[in-house]
Amino acid sequence: MAGKGRGVAAFTFNVEALGIGRGSMPEARVGPSPLFPNTDFKPVPLKAGEEEDYMLALKQEMRGTMQRLPHNIKPNSNKAEVEKYTERYLKQKQMEDDEWTPDWNLFPKELMPQKKKPRVKPGTKKKTVISRKDAEAVLSKLDELAKNDDGNPEKSDDETEKKKGNEDEEEIEEEEYEEEDIEEDNDYIESYFDNGEDFGAGSDDNMDGEGTY
Amino acid sequence: MTAQEVRLCGLLLREHFGEVVEKVGRHLIRSGAQNLRTLLHETGISIDLVKKSLCVLVQHGVCVFSSGRKGPGSPTEYRTSCDRILRILRYPRYIYTAKTLYGDTGELIIEELLQRGDMTMSSTVKTVADRLTQNMEEGRSMDYSEVSSAFSKLVETHFLQRCPPMAAAATKNGAASATPATPATPGTPAAPVSTTLPTPESFPDCYRVPHVTLIGKGKRRLSNEDGEDQRSAKRAKIDSETHGDEGIYWQVNFERFHLHFRDQAIISAVANKLDQTSSEIVRTMLRMSEVTTSPTATCTKPLSANEIFRSLPSSYNIARPILDQYLTLLVDDPMEFVGKAGESGGGMYVVNLHRALANLARATLESVVQERFGSRSARIFRLLLRKRHLEQKQVEDFAMIPAKEAKDMLYTLLSQNLVQLQEIPKTPDYAPSRTFYLYTVNQLPTARMLLQNCYKTVANLIERRLFESKESKRLLEKSQRIEAILASLQASGAEPEQLTEVEEMITAPEKQQLESLRLHINKLDSAENQVDETIFLLESYINSTVTS
Repeated sequence: MAGKGRGVAAFTFNVEALGIGRGSMPEARVGPSPLFPNTDFKPVPLKAGEEEDYMLALKQEMRGTMQRLPHNIKPNSNKAEVEKYTERYLKQKQMEDDEWTPDWNLFPKELMPQKKKPRVKPGTKKKTVISRKDAEAVLSKLDELAKNDDGNPEKSDDETEKKKGNEDEEEIEEEEYEEEDIEEDNDYIESYFDNGEDFGAGSDDNMDGEGTY
Repeated sequence: MTAQEVRLCGLLLREHFGEVVEKVGRHLIRSGAQNLRTLLHETGISIDLVKKSLCVLVQHGVCVFSSGRKGPGSPTEYRTSCDRILRILRYPRYIYTAKTLYGDTGELIIEELLQRGDMTMSSTVKTVADRLTQNMEEGRSMDYSEVSSAFSKLVETHFLQRCPPMAAAATKNGAASATPATPATPGTPAAPVSTTLPTPESFPDCYRVPHVTLIGKGKRRLSNEDGEDQRSAKRAKIDSETHGDEGIYWQVNFERFHLHFRDQAIISAVANKLDQTSSEIVRTMLRMSEVTTSPTATCTKPLSANEIFRSLPSSYNIARPILDQYLTLLVDDPMEFVGKAGESGGGMYVVNLHRALANLARATLESVVQERFGSRSARIFRLLLRKRHLEQKQVEDFAMIPAKEAKDMLYTLLSQNLVQLQEIPKTPDYAPSRTFYLYTVNQLPTARMLLQNCYKTVANLIERRLFESKESKRLLEKSQRIEAILASLQASGAEPEQLTEVEEMITAPEKQQLESLRLHINKLDSAENQVDETIFLLESYINSTVTS
């Protein structure tokens, strides 16, 4: 390279042999090609005809219908305080059939929306029943003891209080459960799916815990 | 999948199912199989919406689910594929094909099924009959039996198929239905650990039409009546009736449609290359082998000239010697649509399906080069396709283009990746003076690249259309509103002056604007449809190279 100046091809062989001669090379490119390059050739026009027109109509109709079907899921929009006039028109159009119940035989069970059901854990239910019975038994026993032995009232009082305290705690617990359930019920749109009940046979729907309270 | 495919899939999902489904779908495409919990966690959408979106995707066959890979008891996993989502782009073509083959009834059946994903036969027949009745003149109606026979025909020709029964459902129903449904694997327990999902074809009942008791005619929905009331009444009625096909859902068999498209492409190519008569001969050959040839076969089963002659419809008026001439002509044609497989029976002929696809794809590539870079670049491109490997000097000489221009074109093609450069060094040091620089065209990778370009094009078209309609949203809403008012006025029997008064609420420039918007959108939509034809051709070519 030593003897040659800058800009002169720095090859150790005759470049002409490759068919690259002086003056026959395209200009070097500087920088990346533009994002919207000029096209040398104009695109050919689209095919036009009955078939194309019909397909176009089909496409537009399909898009319109799909947007109105319940399969098109809208995000939970935070509604504006004032309803726009246009919205009312749009809504009327969209109301066409706003319900769609899939055949749950063909879907995974976990996708089924949860129906509201008091979710009482069997374990806690049992516990409360037993503890209440226990409490009653203990109470009656204590009463008996109190009747029998008036001489030492403090101790029995003490114990009943303790038991009562226990019971209160349990009640608080239960209330908490109920609140949870109510919360879950509310954030679910009940009207959307309706036939989840068919599958309740094996679930704890049937083991209604209401009676024990 | 590539970035372009994901982008296009996202746009298609958004247009048809809304933004929430798009988000879920995109996530599924990007991250592969996922269970509900991770999906919830990673998308950050509320559980109800995710569940609904998954339901929609499953309903439309876009998403499949299977019990987890980690053995029984692991959470259900959902996966989707770009291929299936991209079919949405082709929906108009499916519907149109059904119309050309089976008339309005077929069209509406396919349309309903595509809109709903899957449906039972009875509900499809009812909806279609109702819709047809709606469009008929007063006092006439469509009979259910007519629609059901069209439906059965579509099933017989395999354009419709049953949705595969769910594995869990099959086991739940007990041995009665599960055992005959899976005769191929009698001994294996129902543990779908295999990664390949069962195709609908693997169930023997796939194309069996159930006995459906449907008597009656399509009902006209009266517009005056209280819609809400009628709807609930109708629903109650549907619920109460049973037709004997509950739980059997049908879906559109896209593969069958694709075979039909492929055959049509070959036929029309023959018609363009040779003439109408030869295309009719090829059509007859394809029709004859429709049933006997498997969908992935490279060519049809050999047919003797005698058989072809007998099956030619008499209306074509092709005499036997002329048929022989035509067949020889077809065999000699460089496009190689028809090949000769033997001499017995007056000559055995096959349709080279895969070779025809390859040739059609090649022609597409050539025409793309021609339209984008001019006919002289196309000459270089064709030259390279034919001669495989050429040095730069040879290209200039063979193409008979001045050296400087030829270089320019060649380098442009090279920079666009349409032409590849291969170095073959004589010595291991890759010294330029002792290296051959060979230019070549690889058809398959180039076709793949072009396919990606097509996806990008469609996505750009959709993006542009969305932009156009967003720009004039106010105008569109106004015209919609005015149309609604006009319709209600007309229904209540208003004066003509009133109507014109309302009509004039849209000013002349606004009208002009609306008109040009409509024109733009129509053009964009039409372009989407037509790019899809190229996409179909390239996709089938690429798929055919995979199987053969």
